[in-house]
Amino acid sequence: MLIKHLVLITVMVVVTGCVSSKLPKEAFKLSPTSLEDKHMQTRQFVSVQRDDLLLASAGVLQDLGYALDESNSKLGVLSASKMIDATDAGQVLGSILVAILIGSSAPVDDKQKIRVCLVVHQGLGDSQSSLARITIQRIVWNTQGKISKAQSVKEPELYTAFFEKLSKAVFLEANSI
Amino acid sequence: MNCLTNKYSINTLAMKVMILMVIACFLCSCANKPKHAFEMKSSQVQVRSYQTRAYDTTDKVLLLRSVIATLQDLEFIIDKADIEFGVVSATKLNRYSIRMTITIRKRGERQLLVRANAHYNLRTIEDPMPYQDFFAALNKSTFLTNHAVD
Repeated sequence: MLIKHLVLITVMVVVTGCVSSKLPKEAFKLSPTSLEDKHMQTRQFVSVQRDDLLLASAGVLQDLGYALDESNSKLGVLSASKMIDATDAGQVLGSILVAILIGSSAPVDDKQKIRVCLVVHQGLGDSQSSLARITIQRIVWNTQGKISKAQSVKEPELYTAFFEKLSKAVFLEANSI
Repeated sequence: MNCLTNKYSINTLAMKVMILMVIACFLCSCANKPKHAFEMKSSQVQVRSYQTRAYDTTDKVLLLRSVIATLQDLEFIIDKADIEFGVVSATKLNRYSIRMTITIRKRGERQLLVRANAHYNLRTIEDPMPYQDFFAALNKSTFLTNHAVD
């Protein structure tokens, strides 16, 4: 019995610790939805100068409690992040049910780091408008402190909500509020 | 009785062998190997050839913006962007982690060199294919920028 366990441990060590998984073939290829994603992630701001949009973008990220990690005004790049709660009521309920059934609770999502990258540039062929594109990622940690998810965020409603706030920030900046 | 003793000693020996294998596995594959810090599988010339492309432009800012747009298309988040040094670093998360660094520098009077290197889950990507895919995506982005298609 002990030998069987040791064989199992040996196999697990070899499989999990020493063999790295291969790079997915599609990792550096544009996804079939990349154009749709770009459309969802981009907004044009008419009659707004690039520098004003960049300032408004920094302002709205601060409004939302993000810490700026990187900025480059000439390239129009802003990267920011913040930690938020990742608790999901359904997941917690599921964990409680599992605990009742088998006597030990499964880990659930606990907190997450949201990383955003905003790139602002002048409208192509239109000096009177500017474009802002935001991309979002998240890293989720569970109650055991392990990373349970690391992914791009593609929920359209989040992008819509952000651009609504950015539009408001553009207005506030323009009126020096 | 002798048979039982023999069986017992065979089991003990097998156990010892297995324990040794586990320890050997940990020691050989999971220990730090700083001596490999500057080792390369391919020659420097080979690595540079598949990681680098020359572009017929002198507009560094335009090319950097194209690189950033391509990285966004490929779902990367920009970690660092330095226009003076011509460096962009970015990370992609998709159940795995890819960290990429792109540098842009002048080549002669008419060209800029774009060099990309990437790590997949902390290991350097040494297969030329992913770099070809990246430059194919960058060429599309440059095409879009040049032709004002959005």
